Amino acid sequence: MAVQAPAARPAATREAGPGRAAPRRGGYWLYLLPSAVLFLAVIVVPFAMNVGASFTRWTGVGTPRWTGLDNYTRLFADETFWASFRHNVLLIVAMAIVPTIIGLVLAAALFDYIGKRFGARTASALRAAYYLPQVLPVAVAGVVWGWMLHPSYGALNQVLQAVGLDGLARNWLGDPDLALATVMAIMVWFQLGYPVVIFMAGLQRVDPALYEAAEIDGASWWRRFWHITVPQIRQEIFVVLLTCTIAALKVFGPIFVLTGGGPGRATMVPSYFSYVNFFEKANVGYGSAIATVLAIIIVIVTAFFLKFQDRGER
Amino acid sequence: MTTVQTSRRYGPGRWAVLAALVVFAVVMLAPFAIVSLNAIKTPADYSTNGPLSLPSELYLQGIIDFWNRVDFGRKLLNSLITSGAVAVLAVILSVLNAYALGIGRVKGRLWILVVFLVANTMPQEALAYPLYYLSKEAGLYDTQLAVIIIFTAIQAAFGTYLLSSVLGAFPREILEAAEIDGAGRWRALWRIVVPISRPTISVLLIFFFIWTWNEFFLPLIFLISNDNQTVPVALGVLQGQRMMDATMSSASALLGIVPAVAFFLIFQRTLTRGVTVGAIK
Repeated sequence: MAVQAPAARPAATREAGPGRAAPRRGGYWLYLLPSAVLFLAVIVVPFAMNVGASFTRWTGVGTPRWTGLDNYTRLFADETFWASFRHNVLLIVAMAIVPTIIGLVLAAALFDYIGKRFGARTASALRAAYYLPQVLPVAVAGVVWGWMLHPSYGALNQVLQAVGLDGLARNWLGDPDLALATVMAIMVWFQLGYPVVIFMAGLQRVDPALYEAAEIDGASWWRRFWHITVPQIRQEIFVVLLTCTIAALKVFGPIFVLTGGGPGRATMVPSYFSYVNFFEKANVGYGSAIATVLAIIIVIVTAFFLKFQDRGER
Repeated sequence: MTTVQTSRRYGPGRWAVLAALVVFAVVMLAPFAIVSLNAIKTPADYSTNGPLSLPSELYLQGIIDFWNRVDFGRKLLNSLITSGAVAVLAVILSVLNAYALGIGRVKGRLWILVVFLVANTMPQEALAYPLYYLSKEAGLYDTQLAVIIIFTAIQAAFGTYLLSSVLGAFPREILEAAEIDGAGRWRALWRIVVPISRPTISVLLIFFFIWTWNEFFLPLIFLISNDNQTVPVALGVLQGQRMMDATMSSASALLGIVPAVAFFLIFQRTLTRGVTVGAIK
């Protein structure tokens, strides 16, 4: 396929060419122009405005009043703000770390074990099953679980009662001690398919000879997993960890649909906290400060990953 | 293949592994099954027989009532337009950017890539209020165009990052051959780079579509009138109000699931094809 495209070119155009001219690099800038304009309008200017607003007191109407670092001093003394970041760390575990680990094992098992013994069809059917939750809009996943876990008519409690485990029935999302753990479990379910699909796609480009050689040498499945699978798809692992960590830092939809940050502030996250300040309390300045801090944290996490990834490649 | 290997490959342990993976798949799929089962039950059937029994009769009234109540057809169309437009526009921009960065290797490309990545990872919370404010000033508030423009930028940032590294590994000989053949840069992009990178590009297209379909935070803020809302926004807002009985609630969940799963079934072929073409190459 790769060879066909140039070969199919008619011979006549060959003479029209200027020969092997030195490549002119400058002209490539033009291709970046449309995005540059769009980015300025949608990302750069709004972000600058957000940072500006974070130094003011503003209800969203009228003129913002400059208050310097007031919002930030208030923020760092705000227990809800700290709680929201602690919840974020736990959501990173649920959305990035756990799915990556389980996803690696599943992808390797499907690719290197099921695919070879039961055929590619079985492997891709299982992959599809694991991926299915991921196709849902996260808000719809929230609707599904909100229904499953409803304290009075929810399916989970009804099933537990039906099999005689009444004692295990809980108000899963309404109990302050349980709500965050419940949200975490839902997010593992939701997130898992993404690493499985990305890792399996990555494994496709690994040279099969590597696996065959290892198998002939009598390397166990676990050894092949550690010494071939994981190093060969390191790139994908980085991408998955990075994107899932960022997704966890930004999580909003499930919180909005499932708990509204509650009960109390048991599932409050920075994203929802800023939303409340922007659109419910009309504390635009304070909301902007929360969003700015969240943005800085995300940029730091991204920079950290990129540096780490860069070093890994050398 | 040696006989030793063959016998090892077909050992009995493989069934245990398969069984474990199948059980896991069943657990992952259980919520889908339970929601579907109860969306087609009468409320009375649900309260007497519980969530796991088969429906005593096929009852579609819950779904029909919910559909009419939220004008679901309209919501589907809104989601389709927004996601489709964003997917196409963002892929075009990603290809243009990645061409300049991955193949053109323009000066300072590493920094440009970092800017794109930061743009993509930028939390929407840190853009939301200014975008809300600016869109009001520009008369774009509560329009799908605003959502399309915003998500084109956000998705293209990710697409550029991903596609640049793919095109960075693009075989140079093919481009050199094209250059000798006299193909200009623009021609080389559309006649050679795009067709050869099609597996990656189609995967991007699908992901952009699904991701935009699934977006919630900014559409929730921007699409406030009922006629403009997307599927997730409509369902999410209703769930927050908690004014439905058990079966209507599961009907609403089912209506959220069905389009998403339908797209997945349609797209799965492209995804698989993308992956296999990649393997042959």
